[in-house]
Formats: sequence, structure tokens, C-alpha cells
Amino acid sequence: MAKVLMKGNEAIGAAAIKAGCKYFFGYPITPQSELPEYMSRELPKIGGCFLQAESEIAAINMVYGAAGAGARVMTSSSSPGISLKQEGISYIAGAELPCVIVNIMRGGPGLGSIQPSQTDYFQATRGGGNGDYKLVVLAPANIQELVDLIIEGFDIADQYRNPVMILGDGMIGQMMEPIEFKEPKKRNLPPKDWATTGTGGKRKPNIINSLYLAAEALEEHNKRLQAKYKEITENEVKVESYNLEDADVVIAAYGTTSRIAKTAIAALEKEGYKVGLIRPITLWPYPYDEFNKISDKCKGILTVEMNSGQMVDDVKIAVNGRFPVHFFGRTGGMIPTPNQIAERVKEIYGGEK
Amino acid sequence: MAKAKGKVTFNEDICKGCGLCVSVCPMKIISLDLDTINAKGYHPATVKEMDKCIGCASCATMCPDVVITVERITE
Amino acid sequence: MTVVFEKTRGLTDAQTHYCPGCTHGIVHRLVAESLEELGVLDNAIGVAPVGCSVLAYNYFNCDMHEAAHGRAPAVATGIKRIHPDKFVFTYQGDGDLASIGTAEIVHAAHRGEKISTIFINNAIYGMTGGQMAPTTLVGQKATTAPYGRDEAHCGRPLRIAEMLATIHGAKFVERVAVNNPANVRKAKQAIKKCFQFQLEGKGFGIVEVLSACPTNWGYTPVEALKWLEENMIPYYPLGNFRNPEEVE
Repeated sequence: MAKVLMKGNEAIGAAAIKAGCKYFFGYPITPQSELPEYMSRELPKIGGCFLQAESEIAAINMVYGAAGAGARVMTSSSSPGISLKQEGISYIAGAELPCVIVNIMRGGPGLGSIQPSQTDYFQATRGGGNGDYKLVVLAPANIQELVDLIIEGFDIADQYRNPVMILGDGMIGQMMEPIEFKEPKKRNLPPKDWATTGTGGKRKPNIINSLYLAAEALEEHNKRLQAKYKEITENEVKVESYNLEDADVVIAAYGTTSRIAKTAIAALEKEGYKVGLIRPITLWPYPYDEFNKISDKCKGILTVEMNSGQMVDDVKIAVNGRFPVHFFGRTGGMIPTPNQIAERVKEIYGGEK
Repeated sequence: MAKAKGKVTFNEDICKGCGLCVSVCPMKIISLDLDTINAKGYHPATVKEMDKCIGCASCATMCPDVVITVERITE
Repeated sequence: MTVVFEKTRGLTDAQTHYCPGCTHGIVHRLVAESLEELGVLDNAIGVAPVGCSVLAYNYFNCDMHEAAHGRAPAVATGIKRIHPDKFVFTYQGDGDLASIGTAEIVHAAHRGEKISTIFINNAIYGMTGGQMAPTTLVGQKATTAPYGRDEAHCGRPLRIAEMLATIHGAKFVERVAVNNPANVRKAKQAIKKCFQFQLEGKGFGIVEVLSACPTNWGYTPVEALKWLEENMIPYYPLGNFRNPEEVE
């Protein structure tokens, strides 16, 4: 199949439609507004429904309703709008409903800036909303991967009855790259017999709910959720890595930052430095085990993020004291350059190759 | 015109003794049975003079707990 | 003997947790009877609020969603947009609809969402123990208005029916009360009419039901209905504010 040049935000919409998603509820916010605009054009053509909600809060609640009623459904926003959605996300996770939520991150905190950042890593992986729940968090580094992860993301959501978050940034949303649609790996998806479709007089009512007033019942529910998260952790980790056996410094980075890191690594290699890369693709479940593949000769890990240091915590957990963990980041929508990353690697080397 | 006669049945176990039925019965034949306490701890509503019931269903219309079933006969 | 009144199939066997004399019980019954009589019970999906009726999902004998506080119209929108052939309703109190949820109800009406909303206005927050609601009357006492609602401090109560009736997409807007059998019967007629309009695809419909909260008003159930009649009905007039037959 010939590749198509697509803008990230629009590729998200096209991938969702390819995955059988016909319903999108969203709200404009820079830098992701092209996605609701794309859906408003395309969904009516296939008999789907696009609705611009009155707010991001309303949009996530429309997703909650549609997901509970059995549909594949998506919403998207950018950082401040994702903050608004946290209540709804917690309800969706508590009611164990599938959906895909896209965050095209921008500078923060608060209203922030409209340029790219990775400033919502904690929000995505540590909850954001109330309660003990986890989102499956997928972090693409290019538009093809974005498309692949969205299509697979709907299947993951359905398989585990859990919300899936696609964590992109303004670069992912705005840049254009050639893509093609591939078939995802086949999964056994259970039927949605729990959905509210009307009893038809043939079954007992289905109730979509996250309220358990009896503490014992809520504890049992939480145990079930934790068992599910354990299953996801065992089966769904995705990571890319290279040069781990031979590296003196390993860079840990995800999303677009990892591409800048790869450029830095290539330049450093030419100068004789041995640098490896761990690029988590699932931020939750996090590829902790991948860090065990780093050989003992490694002098340190450099975590590079577009924030003040969030994924670096997971890197510290992963190495568990085996190596020093360093951090380099830019905030506010500023983007690190390959040179800046390379300089930090050299500092860790301490001048020796 | 035939006289409408009625019969009401109270599911006393689920009555909360709110008294709304007592207040709306046009024949004033419903009362809370102060000699009985049901499983919920309330004095359930009851009718002592069923022959005066006209089957208007005002009681059942006001009952928040669907305690009352109303039957009507015309002769 | 013919049975002229018995429990509807639209209600489950669960005994409600509502206080004695709480009019939620009456309105639940009217909604359930209407669903059954219109033949849509098996096709219905309801959305429960946060408030005393948070457990409504245990009482209506149809598919139900529990929604976050105020968000029921958005949840109902999500359901109805993917299942346009199903009957979708929300059941909300005055904190849910008139406070935190004003954006959601206004925009559901504004978009003309083909859903039906039952709005329980009892001028107080019941579940959380009697705090002031946007619908609490001036001078009425509540736990967060211990000296009585002060108009200078926080305004007059919100008239939701009148407000929504200004929105073009709100095709059926009526206010009823359940303080006596005659009004209960009229309330049922309004609810059934509102539901009928959804079935005819006419647009958004809402029935505001003036209701009692004996516990938090500090009255017996019978006294509470008297207070409703003497104080709420004068401020919240009963009647139809919008009707598809009048609108173009």
C-alpha cells in the first residue's frame, strides 16, 4: 500500500477510524485542534458521530457514556484540558470501560504555553484522577508509530476493559510524516455483554458504575483492578533499546525527545563514545526490566525529558542504585538540541572515552 | 349509578410509616398502626374500615414506596 | 375485583433507601410507569446522578449508568449519540443539575439532545446533610445558610425551567409538583408527554418536579408537602414553558 503523508493530529483521526472508532467527543485546544476538526469532517461520512462538547469535562463524560454503551470511542486534548478530564478518567477506570484518550502535551503548569513538552508524564502514569487506577500509556516517537499504537490501543482497551492514553506532544501533533495502515496483532477480544444497550426484555439490567458504598466490596473491586494491572504489566510492555551491552552511558528518553537523543548518539558514536538508548514505548507498564540488560561497565544513565524530571523517577526505580542517574531537561515548550544532550553525555563520561 | 367499592392491600413490611396515605384518603380510613412495628421499625399504614374504601387510589398515588395495591369493584 | 393500581415492572424489587415521605419514591414510580406504559422499558438506558438518588441505578428496571456529579446530560449525550434508537433519560437533583451541572444541562438543551431529563427540585442538598442549593428559597435555612438564604449575599434561587425555556433546542419544558394526588397525576402526564416527545424525535425535554425533603427541611412528611405548596409553588410556578406544538 502506498504511504500517505499526514499531519500527526489528522493521522490520529485516520487511525482511529481504521480501528473501527466512529465516535469522537472533544474540544478545541492548541496544539491538537486539527484532530477534532478532522473528525468533524470524516465521521459524518461514515455514519459516525462527532460532537464538539461544551468543555473537556463534558467530552470525557460523553466518552464515559458511549464507552459504557459499548462503542469504540475517543477523545483528545492537551495538558490543561487533560487536567479537566481527570474526574471522568477516574470514573472510566473505576467502571472498567474501554476508550482511547489522546494528550498532545504542551508547556505547563496552568495555561502554560502552546509549544511541545513532556510535562504530563506524572499525570498520565501516576493517576491524575483520584484513586488507585492505571492507564495503559503509549508514547509514540513518530507518526507511523502513532498510527500503529492507536489502532492497537483500541484493542488493548477492549481486551482489558481499561482506558488507554496516547501521550504525544505538540511536535507529534503538528509534524507530517508518511504513514501506512497495518493490521494489528490478533487479540481475543471478549464480547461487550456488560454494555448498556437496552435489556430487550431478555436479560437483567446492566449497570455501569464505580460506586461501592460497602468498603469490603470496594476493596474486592480494587483487588480485581490490581490483578488486571498485573496482567497488563506481564503482557503489554513495549520498549526499544540498543547498545546496552557495550554502552558507557545509556540515555533514557521517550517520544520525540528520543529522536533528538538518537541524533546525539549517532554524533557521539562518530567521536568514539559508546552510548546506548532505552526508549520506553509503554510508559505504563514501564519497561523496568529492560534496564537489567545494561552492562556493569556503564558509568551512568542520562534521562532526557521535556520537563523538570518525571520519568527520571522511574529510571531510578529501574536501576535500583546500580548506576548513577542523571537528568537533562528543557521546560516551557523549549526543545533540547542534539548538541545539548551530547554535552551532558560527555560530562558524565568525565572527559574519558 | 353503581357505587364503586374498593379494596386496598398494604405490604406492611416495606411501609416506612410516612403518613402521606393517611393524609390524602378522602374517606379517612387509613391510619398508622401504633400497635405494630414492622421489620424496618416503622408503624405501618393500615385500613380498619375496608367497607368504606372507594378504590380511588389516592393513597397509592401518594405512596413513595409502592406499598399499596388497589382493587375496585362495581356492582 | 379489578386491580386498578399495582407496582410497575419499571421498578426493581429493591426497597429504596429514601427517607419516609421522600418524594423521590413517587417520582421514581411515575418515571417507571411511564417507561412501561410507553413500551420503552426494555429499550431504556438511564443515567443516575450524585445525590440522594445516586442509587437510582438499583431502582429502575433498565440499563443504568452512574454519572459524576452534574455530568449526567453529557453521559446521556454519549449514549444517545451512539444508540439513537434507544430511550435515554437522566434523573437529577438540584445540586447535580442546577449547581455543578449547569453547563452540561444547558448544552444538552442547546444542542437539542434527544434525551429526557427529570429534575428533582427540593430546594436543598439532601444526601450530604441539608446544605443550601441554588434552588433554596430566600430566608430558608440550610446547614450552609444557618441564618437563612440571604439574597444580598448569594442571590435569589435559580428558576431552571424558565431559564432552559429560552433555549431553542429545549423543546419540552414543564414544571410540576407532587404535593397532592391531583398534582402527582398531572406530573405523570407531563413526564409521559416529555418521554413521548423523545420517542417522536422532537428534541430535548425536561420536567422539573417540585419535591419535598422532610428530613432536611425539618418537617414531617405531611408538613413538608404543605410547606412545598405554600412556599415553593408561589416562587416556582407550575405549568408548561415550552412545547413543540407551539414552537416552529
